[in-house]
Amino acid sequence: MSDLPIPTAPAAPLIIQEKIPLIALAGQPNVGKSTLFNLLTGLNQHVGNWPGKTVERREGTFTFEDHSYNLVDLPGTYSLTANSPEEVIAREFILREQPDVVVAVVNASNLERSLYLVAELVALPTPIVVAMNMIDVAAQEGIRVEPEVLEAALGVPVVPVTATRSSGVQDLMHILEETLGGKRRRKPNLPEIRSDHREVLAEILRQIDGLVPSPYPANWVALKLLEGDAEITRTMQDALSQEKWAAVQGVLRQHDDALLAIASGRYEWIGRMVRAAVIQPKIGQITLTKRLDDWATHPFWGLVILAGILGFVFWLTFTVGSPVQNWLDTQVVGGLSQLASNALVNAPFWLKGLVVNGILDGAGAVLTFLPIMVIFFAVFGLLEDMGYMARAAYVMDNLMHLMGLHGKSFLPLFLGFGCNVPAIMGTRVIDSKPARMLTILIAPLVPCTARMAVVAFLAPAFFGPKALIVSWGLVLFSLIMLVLSGSVLNRLIFKGQRSAFIMEMPLYHIPNARTIGLLVWQRSLSFVKKAGTYILAMAVVIWALSVLPNGNLTSSYLVQFGKFVEPVGRWMGLDWRLTVALIASFPAKENAIATMGVLFGSSPNAGLAQTLTSTFSTASALSFLVATMLFIPCMATVAAIRQETNSWGWTLLDIGIFLLITIAASSGVYHLALVLGA
Amino acid sequence: MINMRRTSLAELPANEHAIILSFANGRSETNRLVSLGFTPGANVDMTQNYGHGPLIVTVRGTRVALGRMEASKIFIKRDRE
Repeated sequence: MSDLPIPTAPAAPLIIQEKIPLIALAGQPNVGKSTLFNLLTGLNQHVGNWPGKTVERREGTFTFEDHSYNLVDLPGTYSLTANSPEEVIAREFILREQPDVVVAVVNASNLERSLYLVAELVALPTPIVVAMNMIDVAAQEGIRVEPEVLEAALGVPVVPVTATRSSGVQDLMHILEETLGGKRRRKPNLPEIRSDHREVLAEILRQIDGLVPSPYPANWVALKLLEGDAEITRTMQDALSQEKWAAVQGVLRQHDDALLAIASGRYEWIGRMVRAAVIQPKIGQITLTKRLDDWATHPFWGLVILAGILGFVFWLTFTVGSPVQNWLDTQVVGGLSQLASNALVNAPFWLKGLVVNGILDGAGAVLTFLPIMVIFFAVFGLLEDMGYMARAAYVMDNLMHLMGLHGKSFLPLFLGFGCNVPAIMGTRVIDSKPARMLTILIAPLVPCTARMAVVAFLAPAFFGPKALIVSWGLVLFSLIMLVLSGSVLNRLIFKGQRSAFIMEMPLYHIPNARTIGLLVWQRSLSFVKKAGTYILAMAVVIWALSVLPNGNLTSSYLVQFGKFVEPVGRWMGLDWRLTVALIASFPAKENAIATMGVLFGSSPNAGLAQTLTSTFSTASALSFLVATMLFIPCMATVAAIRQETNSWGWTLLDIGIFLLITIAASSGVYHLALVLGA
Repeated sequence: MINMRRTSLAELPANEHAIILSFANGRSETNRLVSLGFTPGANVDMTQNYGHGPLIVTVRGTRVALGRMEASKIFIKRDRE
C-alpha cells in the first residue's frame, strides 16, 4: 500500500554526484498527472510560470533509494500540435531541454484516447516510460488491461500505477532507474501515416532534408507541416529559401486533408495496441457518470444544482469565512496596528503612518481575506477534482454565449465571487486568447466578498429591513452589468468573435485530499506573495497620497483629488466625501468604510451608520452602493490584470471601462431613484 | 441528387449512433477535435442533445461537450441509413 518514496529535500551529497536526472511528466488532461506529480514531490515543488507565458510551470525534486531526481510537470495537452501555448511548451521542453526521460501518464480506463499523446511522444528522440494510471477506475468500469502486452506492443516500458492510492510508484521508479541507466533497450513501435499519404510525407521530407533548424528532427517537422501546425510552418518558412518554401507549400496545398490521414494513422496504431492489451472491454452498464449527468448537465436541473452549490458556498463564506475574516481584521491586524502605534509613538509621524496605515491597514487588510479565499479554493478544488466543474461550464454555456464566450469562461467567474484575484488568474483555463482577454476584462464585475462586506455594512444603515432585498438586487445588478458589458465589449473590441466550445467531460471520481490540499496551499501561497509585493507597494503609495503634503487627510492630495472630481460625483449624487470614500476603496474595497469613518469624524462602529442615514438621501445611498459594486477593482485585482494580460494597455483600458460603467450606472440609478421619489 | 444533403452531428438525436464523415471546422478546430478522438470513420454516440444549446457526444470512450456551432460543422452518416 504505502510504497511511496518519502518526499524529503535532497540531502547534500557527500561526494560530488553526477548530474541529477531530469524527468518530465507528460499526459493529457484528466489522466491523474498532477496526482502523480504531487505524490512524488509532496511539498518539494515550486509553482511558477513558463518563461514569457502565463502557463503554470510546476517543478520539484524528490529522493528515491538515495538518488535525487528533478521532476518537471509539463502542461496537460491532448496532442503536440500547436493549438495553444501549452502544446508548444510541452514539445519545446522535450526537444530543447532534453529531459533524460519522459514519463507519459495514460488513463487505463480510457486507453484509446490517452494513447494519442503517446503516439506523438514516441516519435520524439527522448526515451519514454508509460505510467498506466487509474487502474482502479478501469476496474470499476469493468475494463481489464494487460500492461505486459501493451509494453510488448508499444516497445516502451509500461508500468501500472494508481496514483490516488500511491501504489505502483516503486515499480515506476525502478523502471525509470533502469531506463536512465541505459539498461532498457528503446525500440518503440512507431505509428505510420495512413498509406495513401506516405508518398506526400516522403516528398516533403526530401524538400526539407538538411534544412531543418536544430533541435527539430526532420521527419517530425515533415509530419507537423502536413498537420498544418502554425508554429512549425512559420519556423520552416523562415528557414527555407523562398523558392524551396514555395515548393513545400505547393505540396501542402494539394494535401490539406493530410491532418486526418496522420491522425487516422495514429488511431490505427492505437487500435492495434488497445486490441492487444485490453482483454475485457468496458461492459455496457449504466455508469455512475451517466446517472449523475442526467441531472448535472440537464438544461434546467443542471442550473438548479449549480445554484445550490453556489448558495452553499455563500452560506459557508458568511457563516465561517466572514467571522474569521472579521476577527483577523479587528483582533490581529487591529491588535498589531495598536502595538505598532504604541511602539512607534515617538517615531516620526511618517514612519508610524507608513507602518500602521500603509502596511498593516493596507496590505494587512487584504490578507485577512485569506480564510474566505481558502473556502473558495477548497470548494473549487473539490468540485474540479471530482469532475464536476466541466458540468458547471457546460450548463453555463448558453448564458456565456451572450458575450461571445463559452462555458469554460464561467469557471474563473465562479472563483470571482470569493475574490477577483484568483478569478483573473483562473482565466488560464480558457483556450482562446480573445475569449481569455474578454473574461479578464469583465471578471471584476463579479461581486467579491470584500465588496459584499461593504454592502453588508452600509445596506442596513441606509435601508433598514429592506437591506437584504437591496443586497440581492445589487448582486443581480452587477451580474446583469457583467453580461451587458461582456456583449458590448465582444462586439466593439473583439468584433463579435466567438471561440469554439470543445471540452472533455471527465468521469466523476472520488476526490483526492492530497491534490486538493496542495492546490489550496499553492493558490493561497501565491496570493500571500502577491499581498507581500504588489499590494504592499500600492498600499504604501495610496497611503502616501492620503497624508501628503502636510500629514493631514482632509488637506491631502487624495482629498484634493476627490474635491477636484466632485463635479463628476455630483452626477451620481455623491458629495466629495462619498467620492473620496469611493476612490479610497481602490487599495482594498472595505477601505470605503474606514475612510468614511475618518471623513465623518466618527468610528465605524459607533454612530457612522446613523450619521450616514441622516446625511444622505436614499437615492444617493443607492447610487453609492451601485458605485461600490462596479467601481475600478481593488489594486490587487488590477495588479493581477496587469500580470495576466501582460499589458498596461489592456489594464488601463479596463480601468477606463469600469470608470465609465460606474459613472453611467450610478448616475442612472440616482436620477431614476429621484424620479421615483426615493 | 436532391437527397444528398449532408447530416451534421448537431442533428443526431440523443442515444443514437453515427459514423463521422468529414469536418468543415477549420484547421485549428479540426486539430483539437482530432486529438480528442474525432476522425473520419470513428463511431460517435449522442449522449445528450436537447436540440438547443451545447451537446454531449461519446467518441472513443470519452464524453466530449461541443457547442452546437462546432457540432453542426461535423458531418456524419447515421447507422440506419
